[in-house]
Amino acid sequence: MSDFLLILVSTALVNNFVLVQFLGLCPFMGVSNKLESAIGMAAATTFVLTLSALVSHLVFHRLLAPLGLEYLRIIAFILVIAAVVQFTELMVRKTSPLLHQVLGIFLPLITTNCAVLGVALLSVRRESSLIEAGLYGLGAALGFSLVLVLFAALRERLALADVPRPFRGAAIAMISASLMSLAFMGFAGLVQG
Amino acid sequence: MLELIANHGILAAILVLLGLALAFGALLGFAAERFRVEGDPVVEKIDALLPQTQCGQCGYPGCRPYAEAIGRGEAINKCPPGGEPTIAALADLLGREPEPLDGEAQEEPRVAYIREAECIGCTKCIQACPVDAILGAARQMHTVIAEECTGCDLCLEPCPVDCIELRPREPDAWHWPRPELIASDRHDPPIIAGAASR
Repeated sequence: MSDFLLILVSTALVNNFVLVQFLGLCPFMGVSNKLESAIGMAAATTFVLTLSALVSHLVFHRLLAPLGLEYLRIIAFILVIAAVVQFTELMVRKTSPLLHQVLGIFLPLITTNCAVLGVALLSVRRESSLIEAGLYGLGAALGFSLVLVLFAALRERLALADVPRPFRGAAIAMISASLMSLAFMGFAGLVQG
Repeated sequence: MLELIANHGILAAILVLLGLALAFGALLGFAAERFRVEGDPVVEKIDALLPQTQCGQCGYPGCRPYAEAIGRGEAINKCPPGGEPTIAALADLLGREPEPLDGEAQEEPRVAYIREAECIGCTKCIQACPVDAILGAARQMHTVIAEECTGCDLCLEPCPVDCIELRPREPDAWHWPRPELIASDRHDPPIIAGAASR
């Protein structure tokens, strides 16, 4: 049990995929303008990440490894992720059309979120069990969601702040992201990741 | 056959990827059938907010086509009969910024007026009015119920004797207009402008 908790904390906070490993920066910057859409994006990405971590673990250990085709893992995982994202898009369009409209192009672009592929590849390299792989994906997704929502809230307040002219827009967003990244380094000693 | 595949790694690779793609394709096809969306629910909601006068002032042949156009990203400020409340409701529904009514529309509210001495009682304007704001009967003089009129000017066209005109809406006599500020009232510098110039 404590092992599982350790995996969750280690992936969500200590080895946070966005702020420590710098994966998945595109949605981190792109969808963090409004808190509402950031929460929707976080939920969709959480679903995709967890599901694709599980499925790619199965594909790797049940299909590729027995046939000696480990070298196909990247293309196979991309296939898995694309299918899961497409499935998520269908679900979101059915359950919440407004969220579908708000997320727009960023929903299919989860496919190219390198955090999703990164989680699948890294969890295979850890040689973990199926449950551990799922938790690894869930932890990564929770970390991503936490950072995305925090950053969106931050940017909503930044929009009202009196920022010096040359720093407005993307510049101040980058600077505040790097400050958040520095803050997350404070977790480094928490768990031996 | 199996031996052939086992001896040629490339065949196994091709078969595995093909199998994966087919399996996912079948799953997605099934999901697309299972979670099919009937029509577009957003368009339904937009359509419910529009005033349903079907006046065509937005440039579309009715409220439903305009709702579909908004769903595709058209501006939300093209509905003069709906006015500000409709724009605000649409902005709220779609999460967009409310905008002032489209520039082509009249700045001030207008109301149709029938010069009653010239009216021949043909009832054509009654049929044209989308909001039933014209009162009258065949070969009787017609008149406009000013409170109901949206100023959409659809009744001007069908009138055979051109006795209808649009006039500026009379101000509401029961409420005094708020006095406008004159220069001597503004001795305090506006707060926001002061913060920006700092």
